[in-house]
Amino acid sequence: MSHSFWSLVFGRLDFDSLDFLKAFFHPDLNDVIVSGASWVVILGAVVTAALLTWFRLWGPLWSKWLISVDHKRIGVMYIVLALIMLARGVLEGVVMRAQQADGLHGGFVSADHFAQLFSTHGTIMIFFMAMPFLTGLINIVVPLQIGARDVSFPMLNSLSLGLTVSGAMLVMISLVIGDFSTGGWTAYPPYTEPDFQPGAGVDYWIWAVTLAGLGSTLTGINFVVTILKERAPGMTLLRMPIFTWNALCTSLLLVFAMPPLTVAGLMLAADRYLGFHFFTNTLGGNMMNYANLFWQFGHPEVYILILPAFGVYGEVIATFSGKRLYGYVTLVIATMAIGFLSFGVWLHHFFTMGQDADVNAVFGIATMLIGIPTGVKVYDWMATMFRGRIRFSVPMVYALAFMVLFVLGGLTGILLANPTVDFQVHNTLFLVAHFHNMLIPGTLFGMLAGYTYWFPKVFGFRLNDRWGYIAAFSWIIGYFLAFMPLYAVGLMGMTRRTVSYTNSAFEPWFLVAGAGAFFVTVALVTLCVQLYVSIRDRELTRDIGGDPWNARTLEWATPSPVPAYNFPVMPHIHALDAFAVAKEAGFGYQEPTSYSDIHLPGNTWAGVIAAVFGTALGFGLVWHMWWLAWLSLAVLAVSLIARALLGDRHPVKIPATEVRRQYRAWLEKVRAVTPVTRALEWDHRNCGVAATEYFEEAAE
Amino acid sequence: MNVIARSLGLTWVAEYDHEHDRAASALSGFWLFMMSDLIIFGLMFATYVTMLTPMSFAGGPTPKELFELPGAALETAALLTSTYTFGMASLAIKFDRGLGKVKSWLLITLALGLVFLALEIREFAHMVAEGAVPQRSGFLSAFFGLVPLHGVHVTAGVTWLVMMLIQINRTGLTGSAKSRIARLALFWHFLDLIWVGIFSVVYLGGIA
Repeated sequence: MSHSFWSLVFGRLDFDSLDFLKAFFHPDLNDVIVSGASWVVILGAVVTAALLTWFRLWGPLWSKWLISVDHKRIGVMYIVLALIMLARGVLEGVVMRAQQADGLHGGFVSADHFAQLFSTHGTIMIFFMAMPFLTGLINIVVPLQIGARDVSFPMLNSLSLGLTVSGAMLVMISLVIGDFSTGGWTAYPPYTEPDFQPGAGVDYWIWAVTLAGLGSTLTGINFVVTILKERAPGMTLLRMPIFTWNALCTSLLLVFAMPPLTVAGLMLAADRYLGFHFFTNTLGGNMMNYANLFWQFGHPEVYILILPAFGVYGEVIATFSGKRLYGYVTLVIATMAIGFLSFGVWLHHFFTMGQDADVNAVFGIATMLIGIPTGVKVYDWMATMFRGRIRFSVPMVYALAFMVLFVLGGLTGILLANPTVDFQVHNTLFLVAHFHNMLIPGTLFGMLAGYTYWFPKVFGFRLNDRWGYIAAFSWIIGYFLAFMPLYAVGLMGMTRRTVSYTNSAFEPWFLVAGAGAFFVTVALVTLCVQLYVSIRDRELTRDIGGDPWNARTLEWATPSPVPAYNFPVMPHIHALDAFAVAKEAGFGYQEPTSYSDIHLPGNTWAGVIAAVFGTALGFGLVWHMWWLAWLSLAVLAVSLIARALLGDRHPVKIPATEVRRQYRAWLEKVRAVTPVTRALEWDHRNCGVAATEYFEEAAE
Repeated sequence: MNVIARSLGLTWVAEYDHEHDRAASALSGFWLFMMSDLIIFGLMFATYVTMLTPMSFAGGPTPKELFELPGAALETAALLTSTYTFGMASLAIKFDRGLGKVKSWLLITLALGLVFLALEIREFAHMVAEGAVPQRSGFLSAFFGLVPLHGVHVTAGVTWLVMMLIQINRTGLTGSAKSRIARLALFWHFLDLIWVGIFSVVYLGGIA
């Protein structure tokens, strides 16, 4: 086979790109780790495929999940993706902590490998863990909370998932074939220009992030329209649950903040593929444009990550305090204020990059302003708990840890917002400690709280609480040990993204951080154990009534697991926290007087096509396999145009009699269940019907 | 028992037909998409403006040397006229002037869109022949990031227009076709607005 034919088919892909073979050719510790990681991916894929074949699950996986447009199933698929990527991201973090614990003696990974680790860790945790997790929760919860049949554009929803998956696939493939970028999750040029990184790494970053970003933009559009247009009658804006408000604000941010990332990514691609000079050192490129573009996305992005978590905490704290949310309207205003302000502070990510002091001062003050609405939220949550009947459930443990730790992290944020302080600690581990302090207790704990809270709604049984507590405390202790020392070494002058160091004063702190990494690993393993134990013992935690926590919002008025059509008939809403008000009035489980036929959108291949050919498109572009890129692009375009011309060819109609039969059967079961008091919330006697124990002023 | 006085909170009422606001949802979604797209154009404009410095010209051609009004004016004329003709098509739909009228206005719009694209490609070819390629300088990179991006949008609009002509030829002016043409019209006028920006900032600003 001639060389030119090879490069026509495989582009610049060659045997040296195959990471899983490296251990056999250069068996040093670093390459063994590289190859080991790729074997984990390969074996993971093979074992998953084998299990699916063994249990004959390919058929159900395809027809019930992959081509489904049901928002709940799409949400679950997002969260499965998030959990898989969480495992990889955490393990990479653990390797980095272990490396730096041994960093005084040089450690065991090469500098280049370390750079890839922090680049993939950041990229994965932001784009392929946090984003799918929050998108999944929004998908599952929002249509239920507003009383909708589905999202406004179900096919588009599936397409968004496909695009996100294709981005994640590219990052996973980069572990097996070729290297990843060493430019950090921000991929600042000119270091990411071909002069410095000619290989495939930066291209993996560009296409993974661009494809996933496109998916997120479409998700944002979908949910803004869903929330504004699909609300049940009577569900006015100010009767929307607080999670839905946060989801609305997040979706608006997605619509307006993802485009700068797309622009920055495509400009960088133009530089790399076509020899443009947007950000190069030579011929008039200007890298400051990249810094501005990236952070015009990047700063709203941190609010995209945190707002859904704020929403979860709002629901969790109100429910487990047995009270309506204190200061609901102020929380709504605070949410929208944060969303608005988030667009005006991007420059604080590069105070040290050459603006004059006045500009820095303006952005510093704007940054501190965000502390005000955030403070309002914290006080509202505390006031919600005040004189509430608090149950320290697993989601509540996460929420309480969040309230303490997030405030700490917020205070270090206020420090960093001051440009004069920022000049001292920028680019040190102090900053790394700060944003992990926001994102772990903020986003990750919020997502895990939401996962625990809504799990019974989706699957019809509760998660095991004992393992839940162990996981929660492992996360909290692990977070504390792993990141608090980084504040100290950061102040002592240790720069971020550094593979090793020579100052022996750093070492004790890094040893403590390494111990924290151990606890985080335990937390990750515990989550897996919890899932296993919960599935094994599901008969003991059945959620028949659909309301295991005596909760307040509309999603808990439906059966668990929720039928595809969500509600038997349209709910009409007469109050904030409508379900809580109805339960207090003794009308928790009513039967509709009449039913009508329900129309649902048909399944679609759009998501699968987007995932497969999106991945192929990215892979073709990364490795310069132009035939593959063009082919994939053509398939994507033709299938979308065909879908537009043909429309939904398999819409589903569920007859009114069938809906009535199912709903009545459920009501029968609910009436047979003994309602439980909150004292038995985690007992096997809790079958999801709450006893009325105490009244609290009804909302109106 | 004062249950009656309490708000019920929640009542279940058999559904009324929700189909009628599908078109409204689609239109809202499309507005949001255009807002998102407008951000992309805004950032391309911002990048272009920051690249209007001697450093970014990098010794290469400057806007004054490159741009000439007649070509840009012709492109502008073609695009602005096409917006007028699309408006006529929308009016023909609104006042039920028949499928024939709608089709002919849309065909004229399509022709004008193609004329615009041809003029634009001719201009780019001319620039490339002069050595004003995007690889020459940061300024030219920004130009070729902004103006062809608009061209790509017009190409997408033209493709969409062809699809709509096929659809109304097959099914007539159904509800779905009308709602799609309404969105396409929005898109078309949006691209016109962007072009007004390009004409003012890039061409008039460049020559001034």
